[in-house]
Parts: sequence; C-alpha cells; structure tokens
Amino acid sequence: MSLRGKAAITGYAEMAPQKKPEGKTSLGIMAEMAREAIADAGLEKSEIDGLLTACSLSDFSMLWPSAVVEYLHLKPRYFDQVELGGASSAGMVWRAAAAIEAGMCNTVLCVVGDTWDSRLFMAKPPPFPATEAEFDAPYGMVGANPGYALIAQRHMHEFGTTPEQLAKVAVDQRTNGCANPQALFGDKRITIDDVLSSRMIAEPLHLLEIVSPATGGGAFIVTSADRARHSPNRPVYLLGAGEAGEHSSITRAPNMTHSLVKPAADHAFAMAGVSREQIDFIQPYDCYTITVLVTIEDAGFCAKGAGGRFIEEHDLTWSGDFPCNTHGGQLSFGQPGMAGGMSHVIEGVRQLMGRGGERQVDGATIGYVNGNGGIMAEQCGLILGVEA
Amino acid sequence: MSNQATAFPRPVPAITDVSRPYWQAAREHRLELQRCDDCNEWIFYPRQVCSECLSSALSWRQVSGLGTVYSYTVMHVPPHPGLADDLPLIVAVVKLDEGPQLTTNIVGCEPENMVVDMPVTVYFDDIDESITLVKFKPL
Repeated sequence: MSLRGKAAITGYAEMAPQKKPEGKTSLGIMAEMAREAIADAGLEKSEIDGLLTACSLSDFSMLWPSAVVEYLHLKPRYFDQVELGGASSAGMVWRAAAAIEAGMCNTVLCVVGDTWDSRLFMAKPPPFPATEAEFDAPYGMVGANPGYALIAQRHMHEFGTTPEQLAKVAVDQRTNGCANPQALFGDKRITIDDVLSSRMIAEPLHLLEIVSPATGGGAFIVTSADRARHSPNRPVYLLGAGEAGEHSSITRAPNMTHSLVKPAADHAFAMAGVSREQIDFIQPYDCYTITVLVTIEDAGFCAKGAGGRFIEEHDLTWSGDFPCNTHGGQLSFGQPGMAGGMSHVIEGVRQLMGRGGERQVDGATIGYVNGNGGIMAEQCGLILGVEA
Repeated sequence: MSNQATAFPRPVPAITDVSRPYWQAAREHRLELQRCDDCNEWIFYPRQVCSECLSSALSWRQVSGLGTVYSYTVMHVPPHPGLADDLPLIVAVVKLDEGPQLTTNIVGCEPENMVVDMPVTVYFDDIDESITLVKFKPL
C-alpha cells in the first residue's frame, strides 16, 4: 500500500510573520489560521474530524492536542501532535493522509502557531533533551547556531564550499522574499557582499545567513482524494513522503555533512514515482544557508559536495532555472517558532494551486518540500503534485 | 572564566547516577568512557545499555584523551548568557582516537590557528569546586 494520490491539501491560511506577539497568543493564532484555512477549503468547522498540531515553543506543554481541540471546540476522531521540530508541519501531511486512508477520519486540520518574545523565551526556554543539557550545553552548544556552524565548517573543509556560495542562498531567497508581501524581510534586495559583511555570529555563519525568530502561524486542510474533487481550490495531492532520523545532537550524528535528507527524499521520490528532473521547484527548510545547500545535495539535485557550485551556477529565484524557497524561505519570511516549517509546505501548495501571485512559478505541477528539525535531526521529504 | 558578576549562571552538567563515573573521573583528570563487554563498542554519552547491541554489560575504561577536531566554530555572540565572558568561544566536536565524538571547547589555540582535523589532547578545566569540564588543546 502506498499513500500516493490518496489525499490532497485543499486549503490553507498563513499569517504574515511579525517580530512581536502584539497581543496574540499561540492558541489564538492557531484559531485564526484554522478559521481561514477551513474557509479557504470551502468547508464548515463541523466537517473537520481530524487534527494534527505541533506544540508552540512559547507555550510548550504536555496535552497540547487537547488544548487545541478545547480552544477550537473541535470533536476529532483522530488527533495528535507531531513533534519533529521544524519538520513537524511536513510530517503532518503524510500522517493526515495515512489517518484518512486508514479510515480514522475524513478531513484533517493541520495547524501551528507560535509567538516570539526574546525576554520570555530566555526566562522559560523550551526543554531540550537532558543528555544535551549535560554533555553539550556546558561547552556552549546551545541553540542551533553552533551546530549548523559546525556543519558548514566541515562542509567547507571536505568539499571546498565557499562563503560566497553559501551567501548566494540568502541573496536569491531575499529576491524571492521581495516578491512576497507577507515576508518579514522583503523590502530590499541584498548582495553577497551584504551577507559577508553582516556580523559574524558563529564562524563561518554571518547574521544574514541565520533565520530571525518571529510570531506567526499557518494551517492547511488535508482530505481524501475523493472529497478533494469538490474543493473550490485546485487540489494538491500528496504523491510521496519519506522520513528519517538518527541523532539529536549533531555531535552524535554519524556524519555531519551527509544528512538524512537523502533517505527521506529517496523514499518520497520512490513513492511518488517521479524523477528529480520533473521537479518544478523546491521548498527546503532553511534555518541557515548551509541547510539549503546540504538539502539540495542530499535530495539528489546535484552530486554530494557539489552544492556550492550548483548554487553558483543556478538561479534560485522564483523566475530562475531552479526555484528554491519561492516565498523567501524563513531567511526572508521569518521563522515563527514551531510554525517555521509550515511556511515551506504552504508555499509548495500555493505554487501548485497557481496562487503564487507575483512570484508564481510558470506551469508548476510537481514540487519537493523538505522539513528539517533540530540540527539536521528530523527529516521529512514530500512530493506534492496537481495530479493524483 | 568566572561569571559570578552576571545574572545568568553558566550552564553546568546536571549529573545523573548513570553519568557520575564520567564526571568523577574528569574531576580526577582522567578521561573514562564506557565500553560494551559484549560487542566492544565504545559508548558516549554514558548509558545504561549499549546503544549498539543493547547489552547491559558496560565497563568504564580509561582512554587516551587523544583525538582530532572533526569540526569547530568560533562563537562571536554568546550561545548562552552565562558564557558571555568566554568570547570568542571555540565550540568543537572532537573525534576521539577510540571513535566516539564529544562536544567540547578548544583551549590554548588562537581562533585563527584552528584547522579542521587538527590533532588535540584532552585538557581538564576545573571550572568550580565540583565540576571539571572535558576540553581539548592542540597536541
């Protein structure tokens, strides 16, 4: 049995990220996104009988799915949370499809929202695994900056990847962000020099290569392929999915430069039965420039180690020959906490529905989305398409 | 290296019954890791069972303290407010000659002299009256 073509995304909603909560709560954002996504899919709230959510970083707690159910007065026959960090939203797509295919429910609301307030975050950071608190944090391996810097440094050492090649990811994605009215950083294009002259945070990564945390959220609706035919929007079918995990701390990853994007992508492409050449755009999770480079390599769009040259030789903008993170990526869109990975899924769906507006990729029919959590620790690859 | 004047204390290991032998050996300036009696796998961090064969027969063994820098980063912004006085901080992953990789700091080396794969040896840093961190310095 395969999930290929069994379910589709029929509607979505997305909040423009903002720096401060401005009176919003994570549950409140989720409720607003749920309202808009349900309406976008042409449904009534009573038709939602499944819920997948991810716990916000700002309100991290147990029993989160029931808290969301209670806030929204839902009555799901299937509900759960997906906690794969930044891969959570991508991970919801195939889980929703699987629950529908298994007969547990018909229509699943997938929703994440989060607020960002640096003062509150420092006062009450979400708990990380005790093993990392004990063996990594005392040495300054805290948060994501050092881990991704270690990956970038090692990648440069093994493959000769240059700072300029990494910077071009941020530059091209900023061009995309300037075509996205919702992007947090979409006012002004940047150059490779801008990136390399921005503040050095964790060598070799500069400020403009690192996501900026924000307040935001999004939601999408997954339903059966049969029901999707009645959708007011062009249904976007799940064609393939794959997941992989092996470590939590990057220190314990068997290989820092060869990521689990590969097995996740290989599984997704095999299920979909499509080739890399058929992909019209990619929306890879981008917490850092190096994340995009490694994902392009390990998802099989170029040879291992050739990612730097690939980025140099290709135009990653929405109108280019290799459209990548056409919403600007989180690097330009902003990273709304646990909802950050939602933006890649929604942008993939948006493009395939033909609702990309100014940044629409001409004739896009098949796209690749990758969710990445932690320090390259959770990977979820998705192939989405307009035909089941 | 003291942060007593700052509001945030530095992050220190929360030692468990399972990990106590590791930190106790470090306090005595010896690097000890667990090794599986059944499959001979070296294990880090300390565990109740071997992560390869799931055996409970684990023994503590002293290791050479020699390794290489698998990768490193020079932090110019404190990764934790309790480490604000430590900048620039070299956060590294050292691959021990025995195999396991550790998160650590490189000391006794200027940031500009750091090189991936450089050989290093263990350096025990007694950061307070009870905790010794396992750091490394150029060989």
